[in-house]
Amino acid sequence: MSALTDLGVAAIRNGVRDGDFSAREVAEAFNTAVAGADALNAFIVKTPEHALAAADAADKARAAGETLKPLAGVPIGMKDLFATKGVQTTAASHILEGFKPEYESTVSHKLWGAGAGMLGKLNLDQFAMGSSNETSYFGNVISPWRRGEGDTTPLAPGGSSGGSSAAIAARLCPAATGTDTGGSIRQPAAFTGISGIKPTYGRCSRWGVVAFASSLDQPGPMAHDVRDCAIMLEAMAGFDPRDSTSLDMAVPKWEAGLSADLRGKRVGIPAEYRMDGTPAEIEALWQQGIAWLKDAGAEIVEVSLPHTKYALPAYYIIAPAEASSNLARYDGVRYGLRELAEGQNLQEMYAATRAAGFGDEVKRRILIGTYVLSAGFYDAYYTQAQKVRTLIARDFDNAWSQCDLLLTPTAPSAAFGLGEKVDPLAMYLNDVFTVPASLAGVPAMSVPGGLDSAGLPLGLQIIGKPFDEQGVLNAGLALEQRADFTARPKVWW
Amino acid sequence: MSVDTATVKKVANLARIAISDADAERLAPELNNILGWIEQLGEVDTKDVAPMTAVMPNTLRLRADVITDGNQRDAVLANAPQGEHGFFTVPKVVE
Repeated sequence: MSALTDLGVAAIRNGVRDGDFSAREVAEAFNTAVAGADALNAFIVKTPEHALAAADAADKARAAGETLKPLAGVPIGMKDLFATKGVQTTAASHILEGFKPEYESTVSHKLWGAGAGMLGKLNLDQFAMGSSNETSYFGNVISPWRRGEGDTTPLAPGGSSGGSSAAIAARLCPAATGTDTGGSIRQPAAFTGISGIKPTYGRCSRWGVVAFASSLDQPGPMAHDVRDCAIMLEAMAGFDPRDSTSLDMAVPKWEAGLSADLRGKRVGIPAEYRMDGTPAEIEALWQQGIAWLKDAGAEIVEVSLPHTKYALPAYYIIAPAEASSNLARYDGVRYGLRELAEGQNLQEMYAATRAAGFGDEVKRRILIGTYVLSAGFYDAYYTQAQKVRTLIARDFDNAWSQCDLLLTPTAPSAAFGLGEKVDPLAMYLNDVFTVPASLAGVPAMSVPGGLDSAGLPLGLQIIGKPFDEQGVLNAGLALEQRADFTARPKVWW
Repeated sequence: MSVDTATVKKVANLARIAISDADAERLAPELNNILGWIEQLGEVDTKDVAPMTAVMPNTLRLRADVITDGNQRDAVLANAPQGEHGFFTVPKVVE
């Protein structure tokens, strides 16, 4: 039998249920893997005792002949953006260092209620602002992947859910939570050869998730494969009266609904996603993806999303504007860091606390957000961006009259080296293929498609209609079965 | 529209983030670069387009007007950097 840490969510769930191994054995195996992988810096806090307690509960339930919960015996990683009661929650920032919430986020509460255990809190870009996990106060996450034989350049695991992606790819956890504001689940999934889905905006509650840009933030699962994503998403999703934008809809049985038969489905190929400078290997993978979907029975149609090029600049007004408002709460009064020199007044305390507590990228975005919302600029920047957002959402609506799904690359490059992208703008451009679906609120997922010539994973993105996570997962499954992606990073850590 | 160091300092003050002169010097070109790129949005014709307010059609719900939470003083104060006698404390604001 292969190592327990090689197993995914479904295999662990089934194995525990069938008595092939105990949940405790699984938790111990992952705890050991986590403890031995400090070189990746994927975890900010480790919680082996939490994973063991959940495992023991699963084993006890099985011994008592009870029906097991959907995630009984499955230990997972929790992005450190989700408030976890009594366990430090930092959003990878200094300003929240030491913060131990007195409450549990809805999504994590649901996962523990489904029987999952927590291996630890996963590193991320600070306040989820970044695409490479280089903005964390707790240091970079290093991708387990490397460029070919003998190359030791540390590579980005993607961001902002970089701890999640690195930990799954390195087999430190079978699945993890992520959050996606402009691509923070999909891009790291693509960079590390795993799967991840951002559901329709409102599917998963934002309650207890440290806010970045509230009209865009959406939790979702990351895992080895499509089935595991479906299982996780079922446990995470659902109406929450404590989130005013939560969707009051039943949670579909996504796992039971999985089918790779795409006959009768039309898949759109958006012309505007063909961009200058995209590597030929990514273009080739996209063509391969088209062939795979045809093979699964789908009809391919050319579609146009004419406002695609304006998605990124609109995003970089809307997201910082919302962030500048959301992050106003960090004032050194109610929780987190306080910087107060002798003789300073309240205003000086606010400014000193925020100067010391926020990293450079967070400050940059707060300043941009404050600027575009300030008197005299509000209409020119913010209102115009919200109008463009309407047009981008309308592009998708129009496309749905011609097709059921869209297929695109997930990212315009494979993983880059840490420190290789120093210009903030160049970093922002990495989200070019993921941001439009975020602005439109529609579900989208990344699945691994293959490796580039350096041996690094590349991802394909499926975008679907609002509430059609099933269609997205099914197309993802069709791609997954044909891509047969079995590559994994060689252990060096 | 070009952002100078004085504007950076003004915006930083609005955002309550202390910055040094050197920070402002460094940030001005960075912000200009980003804002310059954002300005391409101006070329989009948005006449008769309503700004987006909700990405998914959703109605704002009303809940029953009953108390659902409370009596959590110690939990509320548990993470306060400074608290006294059941209150948050801050530097003196009234002379």
